[in-house]
Amino acid sequence: MKTIRLYLHYVSINIRCMMQYKTSFLLSAIGQFLVSFNVFLGIFFMFQRFSNVEGFTYSEVLLCFSVVLLEFALAEMVARGFDTFSGMVRSGEFDLILVRPQNEILQVLGSKFELTRIGRMLQAVVMFTYGIVKSNVVWSISKICTLLFMLIGGTVVFTALFFIYAALCFFTLEGLEFMNVFTDGAREFGKYPLGIYGKKMLLFMTFVIPYALIQYYPLLYILDRRTSIFYMLLPLAACCFFVPALLLWKFGVQSYQSSGS
Amino acid sequence: MKKYLSFFQLRFAMGLQYRTAALAGIITQFAWGGMQIMMYRAFYHTDAAAFPMTLSATASYIWLQQAFLAFFAVWMMENEIFDSIVNGNIAYELCRPVSIYNMWAARSIASRLARAVLRCFPILIVAAFIPQPYGIGAPASLLHFLLFVLSLILGLAVTVTFCLLIYVLAFFTISPQGLRMVFTSCVEFFSGAVIPLPFFPDKIRSIMELLPFASMQNAALRIYSASIGTDEIRRAIGLQIFWLVALTAAGKLLCRLAEKRIIVQGG
Repeated sequence: MKTIRLYLHYVSINIRCMMQYKTSFLLSAIGQFLVSFNVFLGIFFMFQRFSNVEGFTYSEVLLCFSVVLLEFALAEMVARGFDTFSGMVRSGEFDLILVRPQNEILQVLGSKFELTRIGRMLQAVVMFTYGIVKSNVVWSISKICTLLFMLIGGTVVFTALFFIYAALCFFTLEGLEFMNVFTDGAREFGKYPLGIYGKKMLLFMTFVIPYALIQYYPLLYILDRRTSIFYMLLPLAACCFFVPALLLWKFGVQSYQSSGS
Repeated sequence: MKKYLSFFQLRFAMGLQYRTAALAGIITQFAWGGMQIMMYRAFYHTDAAAFPMTLSATASYIWLQQAFLAFFAVWMMENEIFDSIVNGNIAYELCRPVSIYNMWAARSIASRLARAVLRCFPILIVAAFIPQPYGIGAPASLLHFLLFVLSLILGLAVTVTFCLLIYVLAFFTISPQGLRMVFTSCVEFFSGAVIPLPFFPDKIRSIMELLPFASMQNAALRIYSASIGTDEIRRAIGLQIFWLVALTAAGKLLCRLAEKRIIVQGG
């Protein structure tokens, strides 16, 4: 309870801090909105030409795109501190965190709460509403639950990826850009149902990094392509991905040998 | 001219130092290109008749786009220039007997060139070994290849002059953030970085092709695999030259205006 209160306090400090630069905040938020709007336009114009992709129609893809965007925006808002963690290690700021009598994860999470992601979030919510209205899904309780599970599972998976990214900073600070493939790349290519990328890719995205568990399989359930309840629960199973990420982080903290000055 | 050449050399040598970053960039761009090709393959499988280019031309387009990303990515602007405008260090530059427009141009071209030199060859070589139609194909003919190189250089120049225009505009707005984001998003969309221009509906495309953004990557990448005819190639290169001249003129004019009424920030 105390931890949550402390975290909320961190959040409020961050927000107040950001509100000192209102124009800058507004512009960044608009920028975020525009960037993801481009992705939407890409989908829109592709479907002006094609009626479907591997059997998925425009509205179904839209639903898929918006769910992934929302998951990513949520994870990013919470775990953005981890994304900029390399700077923290480089400047030696992390040493400061280690000597404080508080959980280090909480402090890193609290160090940066990106409200500017509200632009992307807004985009996601608009798309989400549009996607739900346009898709001819007959919503039942189990489908709504599936959607909820997708959001939870997706946020956890993306957060775990941010964790891994940060944990790698303990071992090397150079060339970590390739991790963007797994975070930004997943958001970018998750706009289409992952099944379209071929069997091998789907296997990778099921068993190595569980993107398909939070996107493709539950989507099949929502779109009535599959009826087994198993597909509904898969996003929750994806949460297990957080365990290795956390272990890697713990291992990283243990072998951390200060840097910076 | 000599002083700008040394600015160029300095930047170029500096750009070549970032090798680990380049390696990471190569891996990222490789994964990105691969995923994109798989995406277009799915559309191709679904409805080959609606596909505006051949699949192998699309693959070539994407690999070239990844290999020469540093030439055309408008978001890779020089932060140092923006910083110098915001924190007032630009005052030192203004004291020097150089034109800041030309100096910025030399710097921008050099750093883009250095990035591309480090990254393009590994990507192109590996992509050449990927089986057709997913790898990069040979250019349509020797002539097409030469025109491709010419158009590539012109495209780089158009991109740089466009960025220069934004740097200069930052003199007027003080905070460059907003400008940067709006322009970057527009360029991404209109230049064919989001989806290649042939995938747009014909009416919209014919307008988009006239804009300066189409003179960046679109022209060169489409000439390579001859997905546009000879007349269109002539027109595309003509447009590139036109926009290069127009953007340079606009940039220089604005720069002169800005230098007259400049207010140096910071202290």
